[in-house]
Amino acid sequence: MNFIRFITGSIKIILRGSKVYYAWLILLLLLIIWGGLGYSDQLSEGLIKTHMRDSVSWAFYIGNFTFLVGVAAAAVMLVIPAYIYNWKPIKEIVIFGELLAVCAVIMSIAFVVVDIGKPLRFWHMLPLIGTMNFPSSMLSWDFFVLIIYFLINLTVVTHLLYSIFYKKEYNKKLVLILVLASIPMAVAIHTVTAFLYNALPARPFWNSALLAPRFLASAFCSGPAILLILFQILRKVTKFEIKDEAIWRIAELMVYAMFIYLYFTITELFKEFYSGTEHLLYWKYLLFGIGDNKEIVFYSWSSIGMGVVAFFLFLIPKTRKNFVTLNIGAVLIYASVYVEKGIALIIPGFTPDVLGQIYVYTPSMTEIRTATMIFSIGFLLFTFLVKIAIAIIFENYEISVLNKRKKS
Amino acid sequence: MKNDFLKKSKIPVFLMVLAVVMNNGCSNSESRSGNNLEELTNDASAEIRNTVQTSEIAVEQPPFTEGIFPCNDCHSEMVPNPVRRELVDMHDDISAIFDHDSENRWCLDCHDMNNRDSLKLASGKLLDFKESYKLCGQCHGEKLRDWKVGVHGKRTGEWNGKKEYLLCVHCHNPHSPRFKPLTPEPPPVRQEDIN
Amino acid sequence: MKKDNSRRSFLKNISLATFSALALSGCDMKAVDEFLQDNFRILTKEEKDVIVKNLEVKYKEKYGKEFHVSDKPAMDGVSFGYALDLSRCVGCRRCVYACVKENNQSRDPQIQWIQVLQMEKEKGIDFAHSTIHYNPETVPEPGHFYVPVQCQQCENPPCVKVCPVKATWKEEDGIVVVDYNWCIGCRYCMAACPYGARHFNWGEPNIPKEELNTEMHYLGNRPRMKGVVEKCTFCIQRTREGKYPACVEICPVGARKFGNLLDPNSEVRYILKNKRVLVLKQELNTQPKFYYFFGV
Repeated sequence: MNFIRFITGSIKIILRGSKVYYAWLILLLLLIIWGGLGYSDQLSEGLIKTHMRDSVSWAFYIGNFTFLVGVAAAAVMLVIPAYIYNWKPIKEIVIFGELLAVCAVIMSIAFVVVDIGKPLRFWHMLPLIGTMNFPSSMLSWDFFVLIIYFLINLTVVTHLLYSIFYKKEYNKKLVLILVLASIPMAVAIHTVTAFLYNALPARPFWNSALLAPRFLASAFCSGPAILLILFQILRKVTKFEIKDEAIWRIAELMVYAMFIYLYFTITELFKEFYSGTEHLLYWKYLLFGIGDNKEIVFYSWSSIGMGVVAFFLFLIPKTRKNFVTLNIGAVLIYASVYVEKGIALIIPGFTPDVLGQIYVYTPSMTEIRTATMIFSIGFLLFTFLVKIAIAIIFENYEISVLNKRKKS
Repeated sequence: MKNDFLKKSKIPVFLMVLAVVMNNGCSNSESRSGNNLEELTNDASAEIRNTVQTSEIAVEQPPFTEGIFPCNDCHSEMVPNPVRRELVDMHDDISAIFDHDSENRWCLDCHDMNNRDSLKLASGKLLDFKESYKLCGQCHGEKLRDWKVGVHGKRTGEWNGKKEYLLCVHCHNPHSPRFKPLTPEPPPVRQEDIN
Repeated sequence: MKKDNSRRSFLKNISLATFSALALSGCDMKAVDEFLQDNFRILTKEEKDVIVKNLEVKYKEKYGKEFHVSDKPAMDGVSFGYALDLSRCVGCRRCVYACVKENNQSRDPQIQWIQVLQMEKEKGIDFAHSTIHYNPETVPEPGHFYVPVQCQQCENPPCVKVCPVKATWKEEDGIVVVDYNWCIGCRYCMAACPYGARHFNWGEPNIPKEELNTEMHYLGNRPRMKGVVEKCTFCIQRTREGKYPACVEICPVGARKFGNLLDPNSEVRYILKNKRVLVLKQELNTQPKFYYFFGV
């Protein structure tokens, strides 16, 4: 009963807001409709509406999936420094980090659903009623760890908010155990996602032991970037308190991550280019194009460019401690990792294809619209959850207030 | 199946004999053993005939040009001319394309002079057109061996049962044996154009 | 099989929502049954026979022709092997189109299970410098050779390993098959296959009714649907009846050889014993049962 009231209370919270809030909602709704119409096209015509073909059989969708798994993983891993450095608003950082994780997992699973040819047959993958190929298939592992991760985070967040909502003391032991459990799970989801690609000897571009570490490093760049900006917004518009030092510390941690990411990438490039085997072909396609096929070169260099600029903005103390340049850096690194995971990771894995043929892939309008739909749904969900959390945490929005309003 | 066949046909014996026969043609010193060899050859031929009768090799009819067979329809009326020459009045179409070791060979190396409905082995043994592969095998022994076990040339039918063979001459014009170029079927649609 | 039944009834209970969704989209009970059909591999012989009979009825309604759909299992003591003579192949692509016709591949959007690569003799087997789009007046082109590639029916198939739902597996006779009714269309197998042998139905497949091959196998050439993966099955509907695959029979140069690897007298065994043989991408340890050889 209490829980139902918690839910109805939450719904009431998300229905109220400023004009800017409504404008934001309407914008997201319009994007969802625009994207949804594109997706419905794909549902009726099939994946032929995308630009994926037999040679490049995975592309933009699975790239987005990978990126979002990274975001989900990194959001929670921010909890570690929060504990280690004992940042003041640990509870809040945990809550917002996990909310982001929950939304990112939902979005990432949505990207899998839109990517499969027979979404209604999804149940074939479930244990007991389907024939899940566990433990052989990495995709079944990935599904498995994502669900667990999702449930852990959902439980923690719901429990925390619920307790605050009713002004009850939350179960510290349970939360601590779950938060601690979610940290290795965060590593697990991104590692398993990397393994999805990693152990396919048919695709030499991915068949490097550095793939999973690079995934983690890049996630540590993009995930905190979102939170960095979110915390500043929250600090401005709510009672959320976080010291400049904590934000700079996050930025500092991101520099380490960027450095490791850069370092891993350079070692990978050295190994490939110095040994110069036939497997170099994929890197060549990514960085320079093959023959006249240079369509992907723009994506790869823009990702590299944004990443390097962000690295220096974060590295130099002066620009790191300036919020304008810091935020520019955060956006750049986010965009850099997004392009890297969305395009630069997947496409060279398939180009040239296993028989050496080149099919030039760039996302189709349907793919862009479908992705827009999923991101808009994700942002909408995140907006709602953050709004609920803000109301409950900072505005003392609890059951008594609701009741009073009802009476008056 | 392969082993059975080899046992039955005694092909290795046949090839060995042939080799020796050819050798014999070049050396005069072994005229005595020549007789033995002839006997041997006859033996082997008898074996071959046997094989054909009981053979599991099912071949299609030889690919004659229409209206050309039986050859004796015309040739029985003619006096054979054993002098090697280029044909001009008749069969000039064959002369035009003939490039099957044309420097050293001509019609009557394979076609029997007296019975044009027969082919002729180097041994002098007559051969039905249906068995022309044996004639080919005189020189192309390795190919004949591969063909017999179904590895050279086309097979249709059942992988675990009855098979149909094509003769060498179905794919290789005996007068111009190089396999002729083919027009390829259209290439696949480019994936860029699938939508 | 008790387990399967309980599984199915459990599923029926929990999937009411999905049913109603299906009902709304105008599907009848047959479609619901088909939706609930279990993985083909774990069905009993009787269940398979019923499914196959239903398919015959369904196809007759759809295409107005009599069809025969087989569910014939592998023969005992048979492991299929294939050999292709690289010194013979002229790249004429007759096999490609015979395969399309025999196996009811979609004409538009085009799906072809066999890809013929043209390579340069100077470079040897080098995929990076090969093309499938060559189109001269006549073949073979001087200085080139041809490598047709289709499913290599690996002993150790990476596609089977990665499938999240066990919709693809290796049969007793070595043929790697797909249950088109179980495949979810995730295309992980396509990422895993080193030979580009798997093909996806990106759109609704189209085959002219009069060109449909009516002799079918459930795991082979029956019509596929949008959103599932398909591949070469060594013409399972033919080879399990003792016939040669369609590509073997059409090949004008006799480059294609097929037989039972467990039969020491088979053509394929003769080739393995007497010819120089290679497999593609040997280093990946997929152990193909599709051998390339030099007949000369």
